[in-house]
Amino acid sequence: MAKVVLKLGDDISTDIIYPGRFMATVLPTETPQYAFADHTEFNARLKKGEIPPGSVIVAGKNFGCGSSREQAASCLKGPDLVVVAKHFARIFLQNSINLGLRTVICPEIEAEEGDELEVTADKVINKTSGKSFDIVPLPKARQAIIDAGGLIPYTRQRVLAGKK
Amino acid sequence: MGMTMVEKILARATGQAAVKAGDVVEPKVDLAMSHENAALVLNQFLEIYKDTGLEAKVWDPSKIAIIFDHRVPAESSKTATNQKKVREFVAAQGITKFHDIRGDEGGICHQILPENGYVRPGYVVVGTDSHTTSHGALGAFAFGIGATEMASVWALGSVLNVEVPGTIKVVARGKFPKHVLPKDLILYLIGQISAEGANFKVIEFHGPAIEKMDTSGRLTICNMSVEAGATSGIVPPDAETLRYLKEVAGVRETAAVFGPDPDAVYDQVIEIDVSSLEPQIACPHTVDNVKPIGEVTGKPIQQIVIGSCTNGRLDDIEVAAKILKGKKVARNVRMLVFPASGRIFREAVAKGYISTLMEAGALVANSGCGPCLGVHQGALGDGEVALSTTNRNFKGRMGNPNAEVYLCSPAVAAASALTGVITDPRKGG
Repeated sequence: MAKVVLKLGDDISTDIIYPGRFMATVLPTETPQYAFADHTEFNARLKKGEIPPGSVIVAGKNFGCGSSREQAASCLKGPDLVVVAKHFARIFLQNSINLGLRTVICPEIEAEEGDELEVTADKVINKTSGKSFDIVPLPKARQAIIDAGGLIPYTRQRVLAGKK
Repeated sequence: MGMTMVEKILARATGQAAVKAGDVVEPKVDLAMSHENAALVLNQFLEIYKDTGLEAKVWDPSKIAIIFDHRVPAESSKTATNQKKVREFVAAQGITKFHDIRGDEGGICHQILPENGYVRPGYVVVGTDSHTTSHGALGAFAFGIGATEMASVWALGSVLNVEVPGTIKVVARGKFPKHVLPKDLILYLIGQISAEGANFKVIEFHGPAIEKMDTSGRLTICNMSVEAGATSGIVPPDAETLRYLKEVAGVRETAAVFGPDPDAVYDQVIEIDVSSLEPQIACPHTVDNVKPIGEVTGKPIQQIVIGSCTNGRLDDIEVAAKILKGKKVARNVRMLVFPASGRIFREAVAKGYISTLMEAGALVANSGCGPCLGVHQGALGDGEVALSTTNRNFKGRMGNPNAEVYLCSPAVAAASALTGVITDPRKGG
């Protein structure tokens, strides 16, 4: 069970998730401090450690559209958040899979801030409203990367195997 | 079954006779581009080799391009330190396609790549920048990836687990009316199909209006394909592509010209007649919030930006200079111009465009991304409105979430600079 800590609309761009003015900060260990920097209340709660790992951000269509900046994924991976969205923009989804940020594609999701969600293998169950919603699986091409624990360990295996 | 452009390119890059949309492939990379975010790429690259006992060497230093453009000259000590680390890495690895902060060979990555002949028809190009889609203008399959994905490319020379995208065919007919430009075509298309209308797909551009369009215009439309969610935009290479490669990029060898098969299968076909197109404006805060200019004329603006990988080329500056010649930028608006590369800047000086713009009151700044991504060189004040030839108008994009950005062509930007309000260039400024 996890609580919805942020509810967002459609087309949330990487400029909202991680504003461009903080892009000189690149290391995954340092990016979480600027997550949703212009959502000052949420950002303050995140920095104070008031948001437990596994908490959920719920969003509409095309989450993560815009820039390829990987900080937008690493800043949410650091505090171990989960993003449930109707669907994701391509590069953001890829970055999330590569870094191991948990993303859930749930086209019909209905949830409000404060709702308790349970994410199973194929459904998101909103315990607060009693409704459940089907999950669309992540692209099959990506499963091997997910299974390896992210792209760095996956590529490391390839490098070690000498399969160039 | 026939193949689309992207299917043909990925078949070649994987050594197969044919591939089709939905196949999972591992294409070899012909060119891998990064800008300042190479600082993160190299961090992830070293991470791959950690505890392996292997030396961290890139697969082919001649196929990596690194261009500083996002924050030049450095706006902070942090950026300067990142740039320094990248310079040291470039030297240690022997990376040759490196463009530092210089007036002779520097500029915006998506301008530097084509004008130096680094992109060729049929190439697979990846870049740690979403506007890498630009290079489809030369008949390459070019797409944006994240920094960790790029670290993997640096190690292996291929992109892992790529799903061959489906393709939307856009056929543009007719002749552009005066003061209606390729930017208006791509804004119109994005408005029609929405910011997610081409998600996970390639947009292939065809038709007489594309055949007559020069490479600069093709770069504009491929550049902004990503704003419809597209993995890439692509124009089949033709005589204009060969002209550009020879005359502008100085490429000596002849490139292969090819198109999709006549029986290629498309997910969707969209027909547009550009003869009836009006200047288009993308209104805040999404790029698909597009309206014909008549619906927003008269809107007061405080900052005009001409530049970026979308519209900072010589023809864009020429359009602005012709409209502003002998006139003055309105007192209540500041006009900022960023030539897309040092070469374009020098050409614009030689043709007198820079003098014309400065005499009119425009401020011409160094080549680079400028205020497009909200770092420096033109952040907006609270409640201010910008009209810009750049590619994104997301909330906070130009450095301030309490400001608004409208997107337009260089003709609209220049006509509006004279009045201080959004102005239709067809009606004069």
